[in-house]
Amino acid sequence: MKRVLLATTFFLSCLVFWQAFALTEIWSPVLLPSPLRVADYLYGALRDGSLVAATAVTLRRLLLGYLAGLLLGLPLGLLTARFRVFEDTFGLLALGFQTLPSVCWVPLALLWFGQTETAMLFVVIMGTMWSVMIATDSGVNSVPSIYVRAARTMGSRGLHTWLKVILPASFPFIVSGMKQGWAFAWRSLMAAEIYVTILTGFGLGHLLHYGRELIAMDQVIGIIFVIIVIGLLADKILFSPWENFLHRRWGTTKEGLFTA
Amino acid sequence: MTVRDELQPLPPAKLVVSQVSKVFRTGAGLVKALEDVSLKVSEGEFVSCLVGPSGSGKSTLLNIIAGLEKPDSGSVLLDGKPVTAPGRDRMVMFQESALFPWLNVLDNVLFGLKLKPSLTNRERREVAQYYLQLVGLERFLRANIHELSGGMKQRVALARALAPNPSVLLMDEPFAALDAMTREQLYADLQEIWRKRRKTIIFVTHNVREAICLGDRINLLSPSPGRIQEAFTIPLARPRDINSVEVAKYATELTAALKRHLQPAEATS
Repeated sequence: MKRVLLATTFFLSCLVFWQAFALTEIWSPVLLPSPLRVADYLYGALRDGSLVAATAVTLRRLLLGYLAGLLLGLPLGLLTARFRVFEDTFGLLALGFQTLPSVCWVPLALLWFGQTETAMLFVVIMGTMWSVMIATDSGVNSVPSIYVRAARTMGSRGLHTWLKVILPASFPFIVSGMKQGWAFAWRSLMAAEIYVTILTGFGLGHLLHYGRELIAMDQVIGIIFVIIVIGLLADKILFSPWENFLHRRWGTTKEGLFTA
Repeated sequence: MTVRDELQPLPPAKLVVSQVSKVFRTGAGLVKALEDVSLKVSEGEFVSCLVGPSGSGKSTLLNIIAGLEKPDSGSVLLDGKPVTAPGRDRMVMFQESALFPWLNVLDNVLFGLKLKPSLTNRERREVAQYYLQLVGLERFLRANIHELSGGMKQRVALARALAPNPSVLLMDEPFAALDAMTREQLYADLQEIWRKRRKTIIFVTHNVREAICLGDRINLLSPSPGRIQEAFTIPLARPRDINSVEVAKYATELTAALKRHLQPAEATS
């Protein structure tokens, strides 16, 4: 309760300070609109439907690309963990591609696919799948061998061992890999949307881009705010349930080092 | 098959280890973990202890009997049949509990039972509950593993190892990580459980008193190369108390023997 109060006070003070500073007009209101102006823009954009439409377009791309990235990354990670052949081929490929900032895929995607949804999906998938794949691979590799040995004495073999022991044992790593993949997908999509205008749908990135073109700073700040909120919500909705489950079952701790 | 059949104790098995050798390659070169080790565990011998310092290959021998490792030469026969792979006739209890943290207590015990096709789910549950009751954990069926104390974890591990009704139970320093009080309680419980279940048990430990408290027969192993140096029979009545004078008397004798077998190796190195 005390912590909630502290956080609320902090953010309210930030807003008040921002409003006060904007009112002094030391910086031009064009460059630093007041929080009330930003709120006004967001309210307007909500009412005329542009904000909701853009959010829907962006989320659709994100979810599709992220799911495809998961569906590719998870099995590939399992294969690289299991078979040396895959480790020495796709494993190395993934290591290389993972270091590549995913915005670097944008020029390539544009030339290959043109200004299409496919280009967007491609960038998001490239941002997601390699990190999910690597996390899955290292998750499987860090399963204590004693689990597998114990399972074998109880009669578990082959596929059964994979499904009932290795996968659940590496689950905490896979979840954190999925979370990292989500962060990468989100970043790469925003980069792609700011870069690329696609006529099949205007996402949040485009609103941000046009805010700059029109020097509409209230729009730029408002959209940044929306992007932050979506990121936070996704974290809570998509990953908190898994993490709470892990916390309950495994006893993996959520508390930091200094919280008594 | 009914639950009653399933819970019938199997006749304790006869285990013959003959001339088993095993070499490991390490960074420092070849290590002879076991050299020409032979061991006979007769039917009705409920505990056969392997005692020796670290590096004497006692865990390796246990893993070979479990079928988790293959010997370089020699063989293991269980009731006349050669051991080549892990099997439910030989269940292992490890030093760390090796319980699965993603399953609760009951599901951990059910893991091996689910792999027995002859049982219905209902029977599996009854069997699991029987063994959890045997180790005194019937009130913790739904508990998560991380919520249990070290001693409780090893009780679950014991129930899990007993549940598929093996004829041999292999225990690899199962109580080494526990505190003394918990350990003493478990000695009493284990003796009580095998009075009821009559399993052939092979118990690995480096704790001489523990071996005497539990074992009918004690095999002393020495390191590099791992060999069985001497075997002792402990004719004490059960239940035994690890703090009793008789146990202490045997412990003195055994410790002296261990030192005797260790010294030549140290002198040459």
